[in-house]
Amino acid sequence: MTKIVVDGIEVDVPPDYTLLQACEAAGAEIPRFCFHERLSIAGNCRMCLVELKGSPKPVASCAWGVRDCRPGPNGEPPQVLTKSPMVKKAREGVMEFLLINHPLDCPICDQGGECDLQDQAMAYGVDSSRFKENKRAVEDKYLGALVKTAMNRCIQCTRCVRFATEVAGVPELGAIGRGEDMEITTYLEQALTSELQGNVVDLCPVGALTSKPYAFTARPWELTKTQSIDVMDAVGSAIRVDTRGREVLRILPRVNEDVNEEWISDKTRHVVDGLRVQRLDRPYVRESGKLRPASWSEAFRAIAAKVDGTGPGRIGAIAGDLASVEEMFALKELMSGLGSQNIDCRQDGSVIDPAWGKAAYRFNPTIPGIETADALLIVGANPRREAAVLNARIRKRWRAGPFPVGLIGERVDLTYPYQYLGAGPDTLADLAAGNGEFADILRKAERPLVLLGNGATARPDGAAIATLAAKAAVEFGAVKDDWNGFGVLHTAASRVGGLDIGFVPGQSGLDATRMAAFGGLDVLVLLGADEIDVAPETFVVYIGTHGDRGAHRADVILPGAAYTEKSGIYLNTEGRVQMGLRAGFPPGEAREDWAILRALSEILGRTLPWDSLLALRTALYQAHPHLQRLDVVAPGTPAEVHRLAGRSGTPDKGAFVPAVSDFYLTNPIARASVVMAECSALARDHDALRAAE
Amino acid sequence: MSVRRLAPADQQPKEFAFTGDNLDWAKGQIAKYPEGRQASAVIPLLWRAQEQAGGWVPQKAIEHVADLLGMAYIRVLEVATFYTMFNLEPVGKHHVQLCGTTPCVLRGADALKKVCKEKIGEEHHVTADGKLSWTEVECLGACVNAPMAQIGYDYYEDLTPENFAKLLDDLAAGRQVATGSQIGRQCSAPEGGPTTLTDLPERPSTPTPKEPALADTEPKRPGEAANVREEGTPKPPVGDASEGSKTTRRE
Repeated sequence: MTKIVVDGIEVDVPPDYTLLQACEAAGAEIPRFCFHERLSIAGNCRMCLVELKGSPKPVASCAWGVRDCRPGPNGEPPQVLTKSPMVKKAREGVMEFLLINHPLDCPICDQGGECDLQDQAMAYGVDSSRFKENKRAVEDKYLGALVKTAMNRCIQCTRCVRFATEVAGVPELGAIGRGEDMEITTYLEQALTSELQGNVVDLCPVGALTSKPYAFTARPWELTKTQSIDVMDAVGSAIRVDTRGREVLRILPRVNEDVNEEWISDKTRHVVDGLRVQRLDRPYVRESGKLRPASWSEAFRAIAAKVDGTGPGRIGAIAGDLASVEEMFALKELMSGLGSQNIDCRQDGSVIDPAWGKAAYRFNPTIPGIETADALLIVGANPRREAAVLNARIRKRWRAGPFPVGLIGERVDLTYPYQYLGAGPDTLADLAAGNGEFADILRKAERPLVLLGNGATARPDGAAIATLAAKAAVEFGAVKDDWNGFGVLHTAASRVGGLDIGFVPGQSGLDATRMAAFGGLDVLVLLGADEIDVAPETFVVYIGTHGDRGAHRADVILPGAAYTEKSGIYLNTEGRVQMGLRAGFPPGEAREDWAILRALSEILGRTLPWDSLLALRTALYQAHPHLQRLDVVAPGTPAEVHRLAGRSGTPDKGAFVPAVSDFYLTNPIARASVVMAECSALARDHDALRAAE
Repeated sequence: MSVRRLAPADQQPKEFAFTGDNLDWAKGQIAKYPEGRQASAVIPLLWRAQEQAGGWVPQKAIEHVADLLGMAYIRVLEVATFYTMFNLEPVGKHHVQLCGTTPCVLRGADALKKVCKEKIGEEHHVTADGKLSWTEVECLGACVNAPMAQIGYDYYEDLTPENFAKLLDDLAAGRQVATGSQIGRQCSAPEGGPTTLTDLPERPSTPTPKEPALADTEPKRPGEAANVREEGTPKPPVGDASEGSKTTRRE
């Protein structure tokens, strides 16, 4: 630790701190544009200048180490001044230079109201400009469907360039030219291909990069902000939902160091227009082959009429990928009230069984734990598409130092290099037996991580593959008392929650595939399950939000609430319990799903014993106490992984198929979104172009 | 300087690849740098690509160099647009880089600019026969013999509108021209020979050197690359100045 005096306050900071960090530790505020905690230091905006006693010039505090400061003549700790006249003058000078070429178009700029330059010009700038010449004009650049540019406003901080290169791992942005003519662009203005590109909009301290879909929509002070949880993937990123009235206008990331740091994927961010269109806003009943709008009581009666004549073994329910724990719990209670054991939350055909134990289907190393791992084996997953933010975390680990990564599955671009081991279970079996070069690497590693993807478990022989992966994890010492490196990466936000509350078939129950098969059931309730084809003849009750595949197939549609319109508990792939909050109300006659199920239960004569969400949660917490501890991972035990590894079974030969084929179109909300469709088309074109080369 | 962009698509060649010799040379350059630092060779490779492509860097050359070095295309584009020594648009066989910085302007560079406009046309324009093109550049460091221009690899100094016009004509016609000062000045000595210290008595004790201290065995011919030099014998490393000295370092 090194002592340093900031504005007369002595602080003791690690010597590897920068002056900026030391000043912040002392409580001093340092303005900055180019500096960002999660990016490399550029030191080119000069806004963070401070006075260092003994230095003739002000120094850029973001790029000056505490250990580089000279002590005083008698060995006194170095002195830094952040409020001296010299600093004030330096800041005013820098600000004046920055504003020389910055247009005064704040009234028509989307960044207005949340602009670093605006705020800092108010706080540290002068009130007038002495610049009498023409301002620089810069051509706007095309960067794809999500990022809109107004390059006159660019102050060349290069945060976006560093983000794309370092965090996103797609070095597509760059600064061409030099001096006054420096311009931020992609190579020949090709669209960005990163699935994290929306974050450059947040990073941009001015209005040069703004959100294209959100352009000219609202001012920040008009919006109501609700802190919530994302459900587009199983990472459970922390988000802020900005609404005006009933309408969700945008989604921004919140900082959660344990999950998403401060990034979110483009699907999380730009799915908002999907929340507006194709919504189911009233119940529908199918009559003579056509869906017709109906009242709630009509719809309920139609269901009751069908259910009354059906035996319990012929009724079933499948929960979709976006369902919260509460509604799955309510549906499970309703089905058990009806005497049915046919329930399943694994519409993709995954065979993961909660009976294996919690550790067998959780991402045990946890997301921050990735940074402490020292070798990674990916089995049947494409983390870049299945959990983009988690992939950024793996990349962060890879950048921090040697990090061997092995991949079994489809050959894809993960943004970091990996050793390609093979395509299917054979390779995994070979590796688990300890053969091959990569097995040695894993064996030597102190904290190896085995990442098991949905592509490996969502197949009939998934149990055997999971066993193999667990065997490999145990074999290579990934499952110890202080480190559980066996991690299952889910793609569905509802999956871990559903497995935790046991939303899987009972003893004699049918699983999702058999329920949907011809002749499996007479009545099937789909709770937002759209990614499954139900055989004809089955009477389908669809509770959901969008007119997607499930609604098209349905015989009765009950309009539910999307994730921004209800409060619900979600468990991410680590098993972290998080609660999303309601940002708005569902459209038209749509209701929150748990309330629909409660009302339906009464019509069916199996009234569920709660009348409010609070009462439902009380019952839920009684049955599953670990769900009470919000933002905490409810972990499994290493013994469970050992038990899984001890199971028997032989996998087939087939290669692993990725669980997510189109990153942008994985759920009904995303499929309804025009922005996501545009991104998907761009990505397809890009892939086709790359394949042609 | 102004915004520099790649040449329009209709001027871009369909493909670019180093010739065998250049590829070998490029590999030699890349091998100078440790594994993982191949990007360090980007400037020499771009320069060689520019030489091969006829004095400018086509888009395909940027991509070829990027592929060779395992760099992202944008990273190479950044370098190519940063340094004005990389021409992004086609140039003539003799590309005139006319110095337009203060000393040359004071000595009449404006008149030379007019000559360029008359003989060649607008800046960055290539004559119909493909022989000449010109651009104004910042100081090339030959101010003593201002005004001057760099044509190809050579400096032409002490230019006047007349001798510059003749020089351009000669170059376009493919005639032999003299490099350096166009008025017969020796290096950057005073015009017309020495004017002072002419009457110094000869000192008998000073032996006359047998040959000039600094000279290649043969003078460089016009048009020849200036960076092709005789290999000097590398000197053994000099010992660290601090070694053995008594200076105390503060820890």
